[in-house]
Amino acid sequence: MATTETMTLNMGPQHPSTHGVLRLVLELDGEVIVKVTPHIGYLHRGVEKLSEHRTYHQILPLTDRLDYLAPMSNNLGYILAVEKLMGVEVPERAETIRIIMAELTRLESHLVWIACHALDIGAMTVFIYAFRERETVMEIYELISGARMTSNFFRVGGLSQDVPDEFVKKVSDFIDVMPGYLDQYEGLLTTNPIWLKRTIGNGIISAEDAIDIGLTGPALRGSGVDWDLRRDNPYSGYEKYQFKVPTGENCDTFDRYKVRLVEMREACKIVRQGLDKLKPGPVLADSPQVCYPPKESVYNSIEGLIHHFKIASEGFPAPEGEVYQGVEAPKGELGFYIVSDGGNKPERMRIRPPSFVNLQAIEQMSVGTMIADLVAVIGTLDIVLGEIDR
Amino acid sequence: MGVDNPLGDNVITTSLDLLVNWSRKSSIWPMTFGLACCAIEMMATGASHNDLDRFGIIFRASPRQSDCIIIAGTVTKKMLPVIKTVYEQMPEPKWVIAMGACACSGGVFDTYSVVQGIDEALPVDVYIPGCPPRPEALLFGLMKLQDKIMTERNSFGSTIGLGERYIPEAA
Repeated sequence: MATTETMTLNMGPQHPSTHGVLRLVLELDGEVIVKVTPHIGYLHRGVEKLSEHRTYHQILPLTDRLDYLAPMSNNLGYILAVEKLMGVEVPERAETIRIIMAELTRLESHLVWIACHALDIGAMTVFIYAFRERETVMEIYELISGARMTSNFFRVGGLSQDVPDEFVKKVSDFIDVMPGYLDQYEGLLTTNPIWLKRTIGNGIISAEDAIDIGLTGPALRGSGVDWDLRRDNPYSGYEKYQFKVPTGENCDTFDRYKVRLVEMREACKIVRQGLDKLKPGPVLADSPQVCYPPKESVYNSIEGLIHHFKIASEGFPAPEGEVYQGVEAPKGELGFYIVSDGGNKPERMRIRPPSFVNLQAIEQMSVGTMIADLVAVIGTLDIVLGEIDR
Repeated sequence: MGVDNPLGDNVITTSLDLLVNWSRKSSIWPMTFGLACCAIEMMATGASHNDLDRFGIIFRASPRQSDCIIIAGTVTKKMLPVIKTVYEQMPEPKWVIAMGACACSGGVFDTYSVVQGIDEALPVDVYIPGCPPRPEALLFGLMKLQDKIMTERNSFGSTIGLGERYIPEAA
């Protein structure tokens, strides 16, 4: 009697479509996947441990490098957690600029997602187009913070500096043209027969399973669950903005693709509302215990210099307690949980990365399909190893 | 150059070294091997705005087809054996670029899990500082690598078993 055996195949960590250093061990029956085991830790940098030895301001640059496709969303989540711990009120202008930048970051992250997802499935042109638009977002990043990716722009209590005058025009111009570019991507993909064959019915996960696993972000909304922290648990003044939360119906890769595209259009609208709300004013809270002094005072007075030195070298003591703050990052709920023992450094900082939780769904999404479909599943999950391994 | 050129511009006289180095530097094929944040800037350099193709640089997904590896990102102790394997699979001649602060020196991640610079394991040809380096910086690093390739001597002869490849020390 003939017997069949399954075959074990290693995929990654060096593989062009594993989005970094993800390693998957596949158990195969022919070309059909029987079991997927993700192996992570190839980018474990010890960010949580490093945070225990740094003052609250010094941790901020580390958060940039967690989800490096959405640095400002990480900064926002961390800064909001510290502000909650310290009880700092942020000026309105700073809040508005934060939201504008968080939504531009969402656009940027989704642009890289659509570029890589399409490239993995074989649509090279979208990659070239999406990176063209990403360059504009990077220019805006550079304009306000001086860095292209690792911006480190927010501060506890506000922003590191006010935005330059040309900021509004540059962002406004970009938001004007962006919907047209999105139409271009849709023209290349939404009616493309190859794209439809590869995505419709691929990576199905039901709403119940998605909730059980703990999926968040577009991966959850693609399964038809109407949940968005920006609307359901507003932070940083999101309650003042009007936007739609798109959801899918068929729980497959194509619906998640459509959800993300609508999210990009909504992000443009939120940025437009933010630009309309932008009024002159201070960008840093008036709480000298926590905030850096303005640069004019640092350069022109000895008191300001001492104040700056004290905040930069010693930091500030945080009250004893625990705090959790979740934000709707482009990939899902990004949470920062900080435990303070009353010192100037956190006793423990735990990061709840969306990609880490979303990666769990890979088994349910891909068992029973072909290896080529797994590539589409990795793309639709939109994982970043920087925040999975931390 | 002291050589008669009776056939006009139809024939070019040159040295074998120059010809081999010129063709090698004009077709550097790096590995598609992103580790962390720097990989995104590496992709951005390869995409539309900066366009690496005009240098003849085409990313290859297999180490067997590449002659350059750009270490783009943080190298962890768990990842190091994999990188070594990939490097050993690449055919000679091969070059290594350490892109970004992490690959050069470990960067901000001075922790228990991070290798403090890829030069602990691989012979690095070009170091590119930055966190992450701008695409322009990567382009400059690649042009420096091209300059370095042009200084090599007897690289063709060594592959057919005549003598050793000679790489002058950097000035």
